[in-house]
Amino acid sequence: MAAARPQPRFPELDTQPFWDATKRRELMYQTCDGCHAVIFYPRRHCPECGGRDTAWHVSRGEGTVYTFSVIMQSRHPAFADLGAYAVAYVDLDEGFRLMSNIVGVADPVQDVKCGMRVRLRWEDQGADAVALPMFEPA
Amino acid sequence: MAQRRDAAIVGIHEYPLRVDGSVSALQIKAECAARSLEDAGLSWQDVDAVYDTGGDQGISGLAIAEYFGLKPRLIDTTYVGGSSFEFHANHALSMIAAGKCNVALLTYGATAHSDRRAIGTAGATSAGPATFVNNMEDPWGLTLIGNYAMVKNRHMHQYGTTNEQFAHISVATRRHAMRNPEAVKAMTDLQFVGVREITVSDVLESRLIAYPLHLLECCMVSDGGGAVVIASPEVARNARKKPVWIIGTGEATKYRENGGDITVSAGARAAKPAFGEAGVTPAEIDVLMAYDSFSITVMCLIEDLGFCAKGEGGAYVSEGHLGFDDPRKPALNTDGGGLSSNHPGQRGIFLLIEAARQLRGESTSQVNDAKLAVAVGNGGQLGSRHATAVTILAAD
Repeated sequence: MAAARPQPRFPELDTQPFWDATKRRELMYQTCDGCHAVIFYPRRHCPECGGRDTAWHVSRGEGTVYTFSVIMQSRHPAFADLGAYAVAYVDLDEGFRLMSNIVGVADPVQDVKCGMRVRLRWEDQGADAVALPMFEPA
Repeated sequence: MAQRRDAAIVGIHEYPLRVDGSVSALQIKAECAARSLEDAGLSWQDVDAVYDTGGDQGISGLAIAEYFGLKPRLIDTTYVGGSSFEFHANHALSMIAAGKCNVALLTYGATAHSDRRAIGTAGATSAGPATFVNNMEDPWGLTLIGNYAMVKNRHMHQYGTTNEQFAHISVATRRHAMRNPEAVKAMTDLQFVGVREITVSDVLESRLIAYPLHLLECCMVSDGGGAVVIASPEVARNARKKPVWIIGTGEATKYRENGGDITVSAGARAAKPAFGEAGVTPAEIDVLMAYDSFSITVMCLIEDLGFCAKGEGGAYVSEGHLGFDDPRKPALNTDGGGLSSNHPGQRGIFLLIEAARQLRGESTSQVNDAKLAVAVGNGGQLGSRHATAVTILAAD
């Protein structure tokens, strides 16, 4: 069996609320109360204006593939034997860009396209563990 | 407005070997330091400023100065990846112009090949304390090469750039490498398949490491190092070789952005102040030393520095601009680049070294009557957080 994927590690105060929410299968992002910017990656302050008042929201999990690569060679033990797999930036409809994997395709080189619509698919990592938000063709 | 003549590169040295299991990174730095000072006609004790990243060794600037045996009044350990050395050169210009130092020594050394470091394909290391970057990026299995491949893929999608067009960058660079005996030895020692000039087909038929990047679009992993001495006009006038003046500088950073355009590098913002300060335009540049970690890095830098319009780099690199003997300028990476000569992890210092060789008339692919060169470093990873620095250089 392949080694486990690298998992988020804690304590890490900025991203902990995001990962805690994945245990409830909620994909969360923030907005700034002051300047209304969409904030992602998660953090305590707004990177647009420096404000400290932010609000958390649950994404609908629908978005578009901005770009992707199909990894053919990885020496990391969790990925070395996986075969070709797609890593992408997904633009969620709420306006944040998330790095993730595109799954549920037979041949990622042929089947994944920039601009294609995708939807969230949770990838369980074990009981009480965080779940990984991945995406499949919508 | 007169071009500034406040500081010049007066000494250079590139460690000749790319595979050398007998020396440490620090020893490479010290040897290159001595040889670059010799090249300048300066002595060890003339150095009053030390610029070094600490780099892969994690050794502080203070300990490096101690190891060298120098007593600098200025230490700068700015570390932004492979472009650190353009940041260092630019900082050195400012500090020399401000009268804070007279002779700045920039050093680099690494043994990435002998350490068997899989820089491009290792994936997440999960070393050190948890950070927001690790937590948001490590679970997906992205490799460093994959990060750049995502930029190439978007460039192809957004502008219609083709694999054939990208391949011209590798082809031109290899041609220059074959004229450089140190690059030929590098490729031989690193056991390249076919130490010879390559064609567009060779590039496209090499295997995909991370779609859509092929093997021959990726830099080598070598040992190596180098040093550069930058000095005040008073020192430069008495140096052994003709000074190479730093006439314009610019730096910028960029990150993954919500809704941002990944095909635009930080170079777009770094270029304007640099060309403005130098009072020259891209059309006047004879030699472009652009950080070639991958073909896509060069493509973005050519566009973002204004050698052609954004999105038109594919046509530009296919139309015979890149060779040292092409009628149209600038020539690209005349030493053979990171693709085919030297890439121990952070290549920025070699951009300065080859640019200086060209402006002294010492390159193995010498551009006729070269007067102006640009060194543009890109550090970090192009598809996420990166730092770009532009250093514009003029012959004496």
